Amino acid sequence: MSKKLRFKTSLGDQFLRLVTFLMAFSVLVLMAWMGWQMFDAARPSIHTFGIGFITSRVWDPVKEQFGALPFIYGTLMTSLLALLLAAPIGLGVAIFLNEMAESKFRAVIGFLVEMLAAIPSVVYGLWGIFVLAPWLRETVEPGLAKWLGFIPLFQGTPVGFGMLAGGLILAMMILPTIAAISREVMASVPNMQREAALALGATKWEMIKVAVLPYAKTGIMGGIMLGLGRALGETMAVTMVIGNRPDILPSLFAPAYSMAAVIANEFTEATYDLYLSALVEIGFILFGITLVLNFLARLLVWSVARGPKGGNLV
Amino acid sequence: MLIRKCRFLVCLAAIVLTLSLTGCGGENKEPTAQEKSDSANLTGSGSSFVYPLLNQQIEEYRKNHPKISINYQSTGSGAGIKQVSEQTIDFGATDGPMTDEQLKSAKGGNLLHIPLTLGAVAVTYNLPSTPKELKISPAVLADIFLGKITNWNDKRIVDDNPGVALPDLQITVAHRSDGSGTTYIFSDYLSTISPEWGEKVGKGTSLNWPAGIGGKGNSGVAGVIQQTSGSIGYLELAYAVQNNLTYALMKNKEGKWTAPSLQTTSAAAAAATIPEDMRVSIVNAPGAEAYPIAGFAWALIYQNQTDKAKGTALVNFINWAIHDGQALSEGLHYAKLPANLVSREEGMLKTITFEGEPLLK
Repeated sequence: MSKKLRFKTSLGDQFLRLVTFLMAFSVLVLMAWMGWQMFDAARPSIHTFGIGFITSRVWDPVKEQFGALPFIYGTLMTSLLALLLAAPIGLGVAIFLNEMAESKFRAVIGFLVEMLAAIPSVVYGLWGIFVLAPWLRETVEPGLAKWLGFIPLFQGTPVGFGMLAGGLILAMMILPTIAAISREVMASVPNMQREAALALGATKWEMIKVAVLPYAKTGIMGGIMLGLGRALGETMAVTMVIGNRPDILPSLFAPAYSMAAVIANEFTEATYDLYLSALVEIGFILFGITLVLNFLARLLVWSVARGPKGGNLV
Repeated sequence: MLIRKCRFLVCLAAIVLTLSLTGCGGENKEPTAQEKSDSANLTGSGSSFVYPLLNQQIEEYRKNHPKISINYQSTGSGAGIKQVSEQTIDFGATDGPMTDEQLKSAKGGNLLHIPLTLGAVAVTYNLPSTPKELKISPAVLADIFLGKITNWNDKRIVDDNPGVALPDLQITVAHRSDGSGTTYIFSDYLSTISPEWGEKVGKGTSLNWPAGIGGKGNSGVAGVIQQTSGSIGYLELAYAVQNNLTYALMKNKEGKWTAPSLQTTSAAAAAATIPEDMRVSIVNAPGAEAYPIAGFAWALIYQNQTDKAKGTALVNFINWAIHDGQALSEGLHYAKLPANLVSREEGMLKTITFEGEPLLK
């Protein structure tokens, strides 16, 4: 290569590096800026309530008393519930589609599961009001109360709208995310791993358990964390079925409230500054919780990834 | 290949150029001074309660005044009050009157409250045997929403309704989860008739509800009531009527049981004493025919207008809305403003000035 040509390539590369660096950096800047703006707008509320905001259970716009604990509880509980339901089912869907289904099933069912992700949030909410809540009230919750009524989680009058409805709706919304990502990751496991396990005499399930899942576990966990991220921020569908009551009650049948829902509901009618800044502070807390959970998830994924890539057959 | 690409690009450029030139053609004549002052772009926002009526009125007004374009967004009373105080919109609309502090912090000076329409809040319920026109007395209503009466066959409800078989069914209270003028009117009424409610909860667009489930919007509450047997809630009359929900009779100040309707709502406004600045609550109004849970929706307009064309267009529109525009109310289940109030409002509109000169002729 002539000297002139080499110099040209080098400059272009440097420019490319600079541009892509700026793009990546701008994302960080944007996030930091968002966090700063929210903190700034929440300042009156932080100043008035201090740390008590996170521990107080009272949300009274008329008496100007605000506390975020019921919302934090509601958000975390519904997201946890959604994960507990969606993660195993999503994994099951992915295993079925990748390892078991014949190719004609695979395409159709895979497509339909991914279509679930395309349904708008409001539509889920409407379906929740008119189908899910009555079903929970008439069938599921009385059943749970009858068989598991000794646990405080399943006590109380079934109304349909409540924590359980919120958790179920969220589970349906994050299921396609978890299923799709798990599917992708499991498909990328090299066939040699599978063949090796089968050659050693493993049954189908043992092969999956030993050769596929350990290899794919970091990716699957990444998918679950993505689902969790969506569940934490989901607004419309949740607010339509969760009952919108800022209370911390032990039962899953009782109504609850989530951070995103209270902001969506009360923001436009926040008639005075303290009210507005209390809502922004809730948004800031949600922002913070999302970041912290994602960070913990990253840690988890990293620590899991350091383990061996395969499992033990015996 | 290259020639084909060039040809395509030239054709595209030609089409774009022609279209832009045809756009230019129509604006060659200079607008006359008359036309300039007649056309205006108004923006308003606020109460979602008045939105259906205001929207219809704007459409109707545009038919005769094509050059006036009015854009109203249903963002909620709180947002309307905020935006008009900041002067980012030309007029606001609200179901809850502004407080003295809010009026003081309005940037454009004196802000006038001009009643646009009247609304009633119906107490709707869902019971298996669907008894129509259940009677719920004020103290019982307050106690239901305070969470103190929890079953439909409670003695106090039964006493008010002799002959009606009330089931042994738990009461599920439904209320608004979003901030709303409907909540304001309802809580205003409860605060008036129940000192306990007034002390414990108070009145406002968003409350710390002692009991019940929150639904988003009038439609959310209607959904909860329709789906839950044994539920009770409060809704804008229009919603209750359109969704065929049964509503209860309320005992008014004179002791008479009244149903929410356009006539009883107008009666409430007619009988109430309305102060100079029109910021009044008409809940529990005197008058034999008055329905006790009713309220105004106001337009918020600055007394001192800063733009002559906009100011003129605004006062003319509002003047039309309180006179001829009221004809659209009934079809949408809003109550008409009483005649004596309309003449007072016209008087208020006449005080709106631009550089000292009144805008309404």
